[in-house]
Amino acid sequence: MSSGANKIIEPGTHFLMGNEACALGAVVAGCKFFAFYPITPANEIAEYMSVLLPKVKGIYIQMEDEISSIASVIGASWAGRKAMTATSGPGFTLMQENIGYAVATETPCVIVDVQRCGPSTGTPPLPMQGDVYQAKYGSHSEYPIIALAPSSVKEMFTLTIESFNLAEKYRTPVILLSDALVGHLMETFEIPDLSQIEIVERKKPDKETSDAKYFLDEDVAPMPVFGCGYKAHVTGSTHDEKGLRNVEDPVYVDKVVRALHRKIEKHKENIVKVETKFLDDAEIALLTYGSVARTAIHVVNQARKTGIKVGIIRLITLWPFPDVQVQSAARKTGRIVVMENNLGQVVNKVSEVAAKYADVKFLPPRIIGSLHEPEYVINFLKEVY
Amino acid sequence: MDQKHVHPLLVKYARIGAYKQPHCPGCGNGIVAQCMLRAIDELKLDMDKIVFASGIGCSSWIPSPLFNADVLHTTHGRSLAFATGVKLSNPELRVVVFTGDGDSAAIGGNHLIQAARKNIEILTVLVNNRIYGMTGGQVAPTTPHGVKTKTTPYGNLEYPFDLCKLVEAAGASYVARWTTFHTRQLVSSMKKGLLKKGFSFIEVISQCPVQYGTFVGIRDPAEMLHIFRKISVPFEKAKNMSREELEGKIVIGEFVDIERTGLAEAYQRLLEMMNL
Repeated sequence: MSSGANKIIEPGTHFLMGNEACALGAVVAGCKFFAFYPITPANEIAEYMSVLLPKVKGIYIQMEDEISSIASVIGASWAGRKAMTATSGPGFTLMQENIGYAVATETPCVIVDVQRCGPSTGTPPLPMQGDVYQAKYGSHSEYPIIALAPSSVKEMFTLTIESFNLAEKYRTPVILLSDALVGHLMETFEIPDLSQIEIVERKKPDKETSDAKYFLDEDVAPMPVFGCGYKAHVTGSTHDEKGLRNVEDPVYVDKVVRALHRKIEKHKENIVKVETKFLDDAEIALLTYGSVARTAIHVVNQARKTGIKVGIIRLITLWPFPDVQVQSAARKTGRIVVMENNLGQVVNKVSEVAAKYADVKFLPPRIIGSLHEPEYVINFLKEVY
Repeated sequence: MDQKHVHPLLVKYARIGAYKQPHCPGCGNGIVAQCMLRAIDELKLDMDKIVFASGIGCSSWIPSPLFNADVLHTTHGRSLAFATGVKLSNPELRVVVFTGDGDSAAIGGNHLIQAARKNIEILTVLVNNRIYGMTGGQVAPTTPHGVKTKTTPYGNLEYPFDLCKLVEAAGASYVARWTTFHTRQLVSSMKKGLLKKGFSFIEVISQCPVQYGTFVGIRDPAEMLHIFRKISVPFEKAKNMSREELEGKIVIGEFVDIERTGLAEAYQRLLEMMNL
């Protein structure tokens, strides 16, 4: 199905809100189904999708809750459409059971979580990076996931496309872990000629040679489309390569859990992305991601003027965790300061993989839900080192 | 298995290697499965253009993996939401949901009434055995008042749903109720539902001799079917009966059969208009 995006999206400079850029990215990636339940601060994605999608023969539907939103997205994906939903923390929680289902049934789909502040209802319009663990561990049992963290309006566009590409390539749900700051931010960004953008389509079975093995291949099995005669059997129960239920033999549980993990682990090198700056001569590495990276890059420029040799490693991929890249930054600098807008989530993972190579310290913002003030960060760097 | 010992409908429509069924002896699910395959057979529908979705619970194993078609066996209560995504994405496919009273009257109740309100072109067959069978006989939102179950050892204090009234009020295009005794009527209703261009809902009151039967003291499935026959009252007759007279009865028949544009068709019209 052609994306049809060139009919409605002009290349060139755009001045948009992050959430709107996300919607445009989805359309460019070929998204043809979007389901949603209203929640702040993700609404603008849905509002724009409801305008855009019918123009490219896509479906927009508002469902009765976030549970049914992700459910209909999974159904649409099996009917052959690239599909997405968007939400914020409370809705993300409601989606978790079916995200696990999407992982287990190897269903490509994209879930945008525009994170907001605090547990429970919290403060909806304020940003926080509180769902990093939820993205990885929110559903039950054990499973791999891919999660990306955009830190600009431009990345709300490019990483939405990347999310679709990864979802289609590896037949897995992909989480775009944005937050209220990046979602509501307005910036200019360039949309290149659409033919320059790489778009990945899922692998479909060859009908003539199909052996009906549509699941549990660590190199990603081809995915049948409903209505084409494949007679696909899709179940969240423990199943074999043909999708048939086997809940009697524990060997099959082992097979499912391991095959799903290997599928992501084996291709981690091609999935994981980080961005580094000024690391070559750095004595401290600021490790950060998402909206907080915006302050970090400012701090690095300021601190370097005062003689502090600080560099930056920005995680674009949060899950699977970029352990090799973090270890490399740790070896280079010997000191890592993790900046995130919470009381410490990614920092624990950093300590786990890098503590033997570097001194790992954590710096939350002075007030959770607010930005790190540059001076506060620079003072911290001066005090500590 | 040697095919000559297998029902001809299974030879034609069952997934290879899926003859072995998980249902308890005497369960009504086999009757419901046969009625559906018979309806499909009589209408000469192409199984490759039907998607069967189901949730969790005994009835959700009717199509999964038995039916040789695309089958989406989903999470508890959510099959209608998954099916909505399938139907909207490819309106040419017929979408049939098998669900149960726990699946769609309790955990997925909202999806049931919302799907009816949206009038999405899905045929929903809700097999109501009036108990949570698969998990061992706990009380359900359809268990009659006073009945003892594993979790109502002193009798059920609550009252059961009238699911047909609920779905009718929510806006479905077709609503019917039968029991597993009324197989001819059930096949005829399923045929209507398969062809209906709107949300169709068929409730099938089904026997569960193993769980429900144990609690009400009737373990013989044939006896349960005879009781269904005895206590069933046709819709037309029930209209003139008082609430007291209807106590303990099952009202059967077609309650709604109207024509109203379904959501998938309405959406296709919008897309055609937008993309002239």
